[in-house]
Amino acid sequence: MRVIEIPPSLDYRNVETLYSAVESGETGPVLFDARRLEWTDPNGMLALLAAGRVAGEGGTPPRISLPERREVVGYINRMGFARAAAEIFSPPPREAGRRPARSSDVLLEITPITTNSDVHAAVDRVQSRAGAILSRSLRYPAAAVVQFSVILSEVCQNIVEHAEGSGWVAAQAYNWARRLGRHVAVIAVCDLGRGFRASLEEGHSARFADRWGDATALEAAFLLGLTRFPDTGRGQGIQQIRKQVARWNGLLSIRSGTARIADAPSWSRNPPLEEKLAGFPGAQINIILPERTGE
Amino acid sequence: MSDRSGLHPGGRSGIDVSAIVRDALASPHADLVTRPTGRAVRKAIEARIAPSRPPVSVSLVDFTRVRVIDFSCADEVVAGLLLRHLPPGRPRDAFFLFRAVEEVHGHAVGEVLARHGLAAVCTFGGGRFRLVGSASRGERAAWSVLERRERIRHCDSASLLGPGGRALLGRLCERRLAYRDSAGGSAALTALARTLRDRDPPGSQRSAQ
Repeated sequence: MRVIEIPPSLDYRNVETLYSAVESGETGPVLFDARRLEWTDPNGMLALLAAGRVAGEGGTPPRISLPERREVVGYINRMGFARAAAEIFSPPPREAGRRPARSSDVLLEITPITTNSDVHAAVDRVQSRAGAILSRSLRYPAAAVVQFSVILSEVCQNIVEHAEGSGWVAAQAYNWARRLGRHVAVIAVCDLGRGFRASLEEGHSARFADRWGDATALEAAFLLGLTRFPDTGRGQGIQQIRKQVARWNGLLSIRSGTARIADAPSWSRNPPLEEKLAGFPGAQINIILPERTGE
Repeated sequence: MSDRSGLHPGGRSGIDVSAIVRDALASPHADLVTRPTGRAVRKAIEARIAPSRPPVSVSLVDFTRVRVIDFSCADEVVAGLLLRHLPPGRPRDAFFLFRAVEEVHGHAVGEVLARHGLAAVCTFGGGRFRLVGSASRGERAAWSVLERRERIRHCDSASLLGPGGRALLGRLCERRLAYRDSAGGSAALTALARTLRDRDPPGSQRSAQ
């Protein structure tokens, strides 16, 4: 059995280790060893689910060893990890650990997105709880819950309309005391669909000729607002998310295939474009919104 | 019957979008999200203005009880409605006014209008309407004068708006941001709405929907 060791900290900065480990193409049973995991964010949890699903494509469902620390298990289960993982790992992970009735920092538990109804359900859930978190932790104005819901809706629709496959979304607020000295809200979206390159290929690859690839496809969608749909009104989602995230001085990155593109604020070390990453199906979107500092 | 704008409006409908969303989704909350939802809402609005309407109608599309509207939905509902009723081959002679809450809906509505090069007559509370979206400075100025005066006769357009006034009013009428009456004069869409409100109280108007 191949063992993929999960690092003690798994978040948006090092999920590449997971994608690389899965990319190797080796078949046979896989164990995701998360016993040492001490910290993860929505990006890390969704990456674990996605990597598990890819590892299981050979026919043998992967296994997972949950974190040894009960509070870590409690924390990931508070985000609905065990429930989502039950469909991917065998045996399904138990919902062990301490699980508070409802944590105030959970904006949205890991939620499968397959249909437009799922998008409605996710927006509905966020509306009922995000207002207090955004205003209390991030010091955003009361109306920010609307923009936050719009961002969530648009990123989830990206799965339904473009990926042609299912995915997940999750969002949580944290205190990034050491890293940024501020609270942040993190939205992660992950699908295992056909990715940006395949989605745009038929309509747009010719104009880019031999430059066409994962990075060019991301640039076309991210910077130029191109979509596979011919209507003028299409392609606004990502553009509008970029504008709103920039207004909040946030980080937005989209990974698809072997590339990642980002709008990175000054507090982030994300490069604007990364290429030649490990090949991974679908698209992964990461949004980090920092607390307002009163500037 | 002639209203005070000198028009013969066919009717004004107040269309509560939140009620349409709740009916369509069987949900207690009115969240206008996802493109299919927007498409369904647009079709429901069109179905409401379609049956046995007189030649001209003005509909007030009311978003005020909608909790959230995303760009896909705003594109389908606002831009979609206007685009469908803009060309000469439009399904009916329908005009639209929009009522919304600026902090909740204003941004999405403004962005989709600008993206399509459209403008719309909107109120964000307080009863004052304004032109939102893509319009030239001259169009905005002409629209403001027309909105204030409610109606401008053809022969008065140059004196009120300057030498290019007729062309500007003509452009507003082409863009369905004003109404061209049979005598060649122009009327503000809100004037029609006000006339009908006086003639037909909002309660009875809504219950008739």
